Amino acid sequence: MAVSRVVEERPAPSELLGTEPRRQHVLDLDDFSAAEIEQTLETADAMAEVLGRQIRKVPTLRGRTIVTLFYEPSTRTRASFEQAGKILSADVINLTSSESSSRKGESLVDTARTLEAMGADIIVLRHSMSGAPYLVARHTSISVINAGDGWHAHPTQALLDLHTIKQRFKRIQGLKVVIVGDILHSRVARSNVWGLRTMGADVTLCGPPTLLPTDVLEAFGKAPGGLAIETDLDTALDGADVVMALRIQHERQTAGLLPSVREYIRCYQVNEERMGRAKETALVMHPGPMNDGVEISHGLAHGARSLVESQVTNGVAVRMALLYMLASPGVES
Amino acid sequence: MREKVIMTADEIRRALVRVAHEVAERNRGGQDLLFVGIRTRGVPIARRLASYISDFEGIEPPTGSLDIGLYRDDVTSGVNPVLRQTDIPGNVNGKRVVLVDDVLFTGRSLRAAMDAVMDFGRPAQIQLAVLVDRGHRELPVRADYVGKNIPTSRSEEVRVRLRETDGEDLVAILEQGAE
Repeated sequence: MAVSRVVEERPAPSELLGTEPRRQHVLDLDDFSAAEIEQTLETADAMAEVLGRQIRKVPTLRGRTIVTLFYEPSTRTRASFEQAGKILSADVINLTSSESSSRKGESLVDTARTLEAMGADIIVLRHSMSGAPYLVARHTSISVINAGDGWHAHPTQALLDLHTIKQRFKRIQGLKVVIVGDILHSRVARSNVWGLRTMGADVTLCGPPTLLPTDVLEAFGKAPGGLAIETDLDTALDGADVVMALRIQHERQTAGLLPSVREYIRCYQVNEERMGRAKETALVMHPGPMNDGVEISHGLAHGARSLVESQVTNGVAVRMALLYMLASPGVES
Repeated sequence: MREKVIMTADEIRRALVRVAHEVAERNRGGQDLLFVGIRTRGVPIARRLASYISDFEGIEPPTGSLDIGLYRDDVTSGVNPVLRQTDIPGNVNGKRVVLVDDVLFTGRSLRAAMDAVMDFGRPAQIQLAVLVDRGHRELPVRADYVGKNIPTSRSEEVRVRLRETDGEDLVAILEQGAE
């Protein structure tokens, strides 16, 4: 006996498929929806299982080529992309500006086109000029991941920060996150503002007036999470759940933006005593590399409230998730 | 689009109880057994099989879940892929691993699942249990335990719904253009 009934036409539901259109580039978090961030973090969680295996190797990206092209020095970002690519079985080529033809005057776009002609599938680019990854994305058909461009964006750092926060607090929405330091020159802060507010966190930016952008409230526009500016650290830390300290570059002092490092430490160093203003459960983060004892006290950076090590570990899983999103053979719909 | 019901909730239950008996019979009452459900719907089926075996053998075999996303070779679809948690309890070395899926079709998912299990160690055996075998294999893969064989045409779609994932137990064939 055949029982029949009429159903509406719709694709078979599957929790294995995302809901967001297939992404080609990761340039900043300003074009990530909350759902896409959520799904990226969930994939990163599943990637962590691979990192915990005895043999840390899966065949997913066999035959794919990833080029890391770094025009600025980096330890953790470059190494974690290389590690992520290799665990997924991709071929990874590392180029730095001192080894590339940029030394001989080749332009960035020409270098990228050469890599494209060689069959590279993804370029992971770090460049001191804001917008450089957008230029490469526009002039080649290769997938581009922004690994930091000038003062503009560092989306993979922000995603690993979001992942680290979610892991500890089980949520991002409603948390108060304070970012302390040289906000003006920080691509990490900018990408974090996009990501955190999209996920519903309230962000407070804190630093000396000379290192705070003035137009920030207009520049970031509306998002589920709030955005505030505060020059007094003790006020900013009041009731905070997460405190992110940013690296202070000594060049800022020669440029006249900081009176002295000692003055900065006195007013803006995140330390145990100041953390008394934050919630009891509050944790601290730092994107690295750290000036131990300058923007963050030694005890806090290496103590029980520090998430710095988790940030590094999560960096590999998050970058595996992004490479998988951009370059995997995909799933049947 | 019309949906022709092939298995009702009762029929699904009877088929899975029978499959559980077959698995226990072939595996010394369930010793050294490890069920691994292939996401999404293989996972609840694996849990049900383990719980049936516990009903009549007194021991509940461990159950894991597997996302085969890292091992697939399928065509790209228009949305971002999302990888879900893989969780294989304990050690697979020396175990009789029973892979569990809802529908056996081309055999490609199974190939990926076997590769994934082998990455966790060296099981004594890998067996396969499916709720529905609909034919049209593209690889030399067969099921050791089948809830129901359903002859289909290639263009038809077999839809499995389960209480745990979809709120009801049902197997149906979608008939194209029968409006």
